[in-house]
Amino acid sequence: MPKTTEFLSALEAQGYDFFTGVPCSLLKGVIRRFDAEPRWGYVSAVREDSAVGLAAGAWMAGRKPAVFLQNSGLGVCMNALVSLNIIYEIPALLVTTWRGEGGKDAPEHIVMGEIMTRYFDLIDLPWRVLRKDAVAEDVAAITQEIARRKVPGGLIVPAGVLDASR
Amino acid sequence: MLRAEAVKHVVDALGDELLVACNGMIGREVFTAKDRESSFYMIGSMGLALSIGLGVALARPTRRVLVLDGDGNVLMGAGVLASAGAAGARNLLHVVLDNEAHGSTGDQSTISGKVRLEEIARASGYRWAERVPAERLAAEMPAFLRREGPAMLLVKVDKGNMHGIARVTHEPPEIARRFARACQA
Repeated sequence: MPKTTEFLSALEAQGYDFFTGVPCSLLKGVIRRFDAEPRWGYVSAVREDSAVGLAAGAWMAGRKPAVFLQNSGLGVCMNALVSLNIIYEIPALLVTTWRGEGGKDAPEHIVMGEIMTRYFDLIDLPWRVLRKDAVAEDVAAITQEIARRKVPGGLIVPAGVLDASR
Repeated sequence: MLRAEAVKHVVDALGDELLVACNGMIGREVFTAKDRESSFYMIGSMGLALSIGLGVALARPTRRVLVLDGDGNVLMGAGVLASAGAAGARNLLHVVLDNEAHGSTGDQSTISGKVRLEEIARASGYRWAERVPAERLAAEMPAFLRREGPAMLLVKVDKGNMHGIARVTHEPPEIARRFARACQA
């Protein structure tokens, strides 16, 4: 069973209260809940870097933002992360799916699937892989690291954690 | 009218509005015209001023948020006009100073001479979006600040920079901290 409800509860428990992003099939269940339940106030962004910008604005206005994206969108976000979030010390949770994990996926996902964790390392952002049997613990741990470092942090979502199947 | 003069007209009209200034010369001209805690100077991340402003506006619906943008920034983040329109944020105001050039990198031409940005804004759901002659900007600002957003005021300005204009002297974390204080006051 996908851990959608447990995951959303964990986000709420950690105080996240501004949600935006661009969907991925690995986040289908989460985004479906956002679409069905207006109380989340989910903002459907046109690009992943715009979602990062929206989150930055919301953070300065007192909210605690979580951005949802496919790892392909990480490439789009590079300049926003390095020339906005990192230099201004503006945090955000980046819930990033892991398409291309282990080299088994459609061709367009293979390269990013291979380099994603090194991408986070390269720009010195914390990251953590979400485990199906430790959802609340992983959300809490990356949230703590984000607060400690005052930068965005990646919560990497492999296939099968928040979706039934690809 | 040079862009720096137009920037001064916009900044002079402000009261307690939260201002998000795009990167490049516009931010430096805002800083030079009047440094305020409630102004956020976006020094990097070109194209994202409207995204940041929309994030502030959605998170603080009781505050008026003005995004001061240039044509290069709007064209780079043009999809976000649709986000602003679709969100229908009544507290979001958008002033675009359009010199049809990338003024911070040597006045290379943009394509805004051939593209009517205010029409894109209207088609995207802005409640009001008009082109106003530069000489009417100062007189128009008080009424514009009272408009129901999303609203865009586009002003054509001349190419050219103020000689020796200062860079924003605050460190980026300080810019973010004081803007956050102003947002949450």
